[in-house]
Amino acid sequence: MSDATGVIHDIGYQRYTGPRLGRRQVFGALYLHGVRTVFGLGRSAKAKIFPWLVVSVVTVVAAGVTAVRSQIGEVVMTYAQFADAMSWLVIFFAAVAAPELVSRDLRSGVLPLYFSRPLPRGDYALSKLLALVTALWLLLGGPQLVMFLGAAFTTNRGVRGVWDELLDLLPGLLYAGLWAVVFASIALLVASLTGKRAFAAGGIVAVFLMTTPVVGVLSILPSQTINQLAFVASPPTLVGGVGNWALGDRLTQGRGGMPIGDFGPVYAVAAVLLVAGCVALLLLRYRKVAAR
Amino acid sequence: MTLLATESLTKTYGGRVTALADLTVSVEPGIIGLVGANGAGKSTLIKILLGLLPPTSGRVQVLGLDPTTDPAAVRARVGYMPEHDALPPDLSAAELVTHLGRISGLPRTVARERASEALRHVGLHEERHRAVGGYSTGMKQRVKLAQALVHDPDLLLLDEPTNGLDPAGRDAMLALIHRIGTEFGISVVVCSHLLGEVERICDTLVAIDGGRLLRADRVSAMTTATDVLAVEVSEGTEELAARLTALDLPVTRDGRLLLVPLADDATYDQILGAVAELDLPLHRLDQRRHRVAELFAAREPSHV
Repeated sequence: MSDATGVIHDIGYQRYTGPRLGRRQVFGALYLHGVRTVFGLGRSAKAKIFPWLVVSVVTVVAAGVTAVRSQIGEVVMTYAQFADAMSWLVIFFAAVAAPELVSRDLRSGVLPLYFSRPLPRGDYALSKLLALVTALWLLLGGPQLVMFLGAAFTTNRGVRGVWDELLDLLPGLLYAGLWAVVFASIALLVASLTGKRAFAAGGIVAVFLMTTPVVGVLSILPSQTINQLAFVASPPTLVGGVGNWALGDRLTQGRGGMPIGDFGPVYAVAAVLLVAGCVALLLLRYRKVAAR
Repeated sequence: MTLLATESLTKTYGGRVTALADLTVSVEPGIIGLVGANGAGKSTLIKILLGLLPPTSGRVQVLGLDPTTDPAAVRARVGYMPEHDALPPDLSAAELVTHLGRISGLPRTVARERASEALRHVGLHEERHRAVGGYSTGMKQRVKLAQALVHDPDLLLLDEPTNGLDPAGRDAMLALIHRIGTEFGISVVVCSHLLGEVERICDTLVAIDGGRLLRADRVSAMTTATDVLAVEVSEGTEELAARLTALDLPVTRDGRLLLVPLADDATYDQILGAVAELDLPLHRLDQRRHRVAELFAAREPSHV
């Protein structure tokens, strides 16, 4: 139109003939995007405040524990106990992260853009779940690693001391994984029910808050069996029960622990059923959402 | 090659609400207008084409593939622009389109390149790095179109792409869709409840009503031999009408206008000649396309 001082050559539309990635890589991309979302990476500064505040709190606690241990030689917290002690922080973290992952998409109506792509609808939900599990596990496992490094560098029993420390760390990390799986599946299921993030966050905290008194009531009923099974009723105590049974002294440090009697395996089965139920409901939920 | 084909396609919700009833239609590649009133079954048809809804009965093919048995293969080659708001407000257009490109299976760097290309093609340049929440409706519609284009589909399904746009925005969007259909080599299905809008850019029209097919045909087949010339003179309309009738042109009157069927280019010369001979002040002479709506209106739905 005008004279050619700065001509922009319109090279026109280019067809794409290169490779198209398969289901696995697409799942991986969505998963990684989810993990980044939880920690506010690639998002506004405001979205980073809460996750990194929690991360810094757990790290500071771990550093403190490590420092005390290296100074006075007393083990304030085992790796597994650390996960227990941080459970409320994990609940709040999940209550903020899960709505970020799924409620936001429900609200903005972006889901039709996902489900009109080759991605199977179950993959969307599962990649988000896996992202939240990873984030929670990193939240608990990262500080444990700090504690391990602190202990490993200050040990006075050489390689053998490091090896013993590692054997303590691994069950701790597994236990952290259990926390992550149970909390993530509950939180994501609740968050997937509403597009309002505040409601979702409230709902998640409520699930954990409301079930705690139930445990209290059940544990004072005049039946030893019911008392010993009472901790099944609330997710945090359920996880604690499984830990008591599977880890024993590593969690209790000889201080008694939860009175679950011989019902350890029942707790383990209950935890598995809880997670399986949440995942099944989550997939069902997205079958309905996708068809809308 | 057939672009889309349905055979006795029926969809009922809960056994009572009928969204599509015995729809049989087959269209060739090009720009296809899918027109019908709200609730005619357009969105249901699109969801079946994408494999998001299973049909109650009947068969459907998209690009030679069956979306009921192989939805992933269909969706890999189709781009979909939904009718409603579908953009997270806090992401930038570039981030969102890149991300959705990756979900379509593009490698990371390719997704980024193609996202900015797609956004450039729809007319978003520097603003693509701003958060979508601050965009105008027209810009949001363009982002929705760009995300449908990012993975280089063979078919675009656009659900009411001009929704919420002002007249200038509508024209720009329609021009863009026409360009995609003609220059990019991508077939486009445009859903709209405004027939007058899509008929301007489509080469095939499919009209549905109450889930039934009203008519499906090429626009050229619908409008050939129906073009007329409208002549208006400031005075002497009667004389001109008499003169044109004498020239064997079948003139009809429409208020102050004279309508003459356009046989070929010679018709223009004949009319201009007659006006010049009578020395009349010619007010206007233009070609009028019969609105396709008139073709549909003339047919009773129940007879089809």
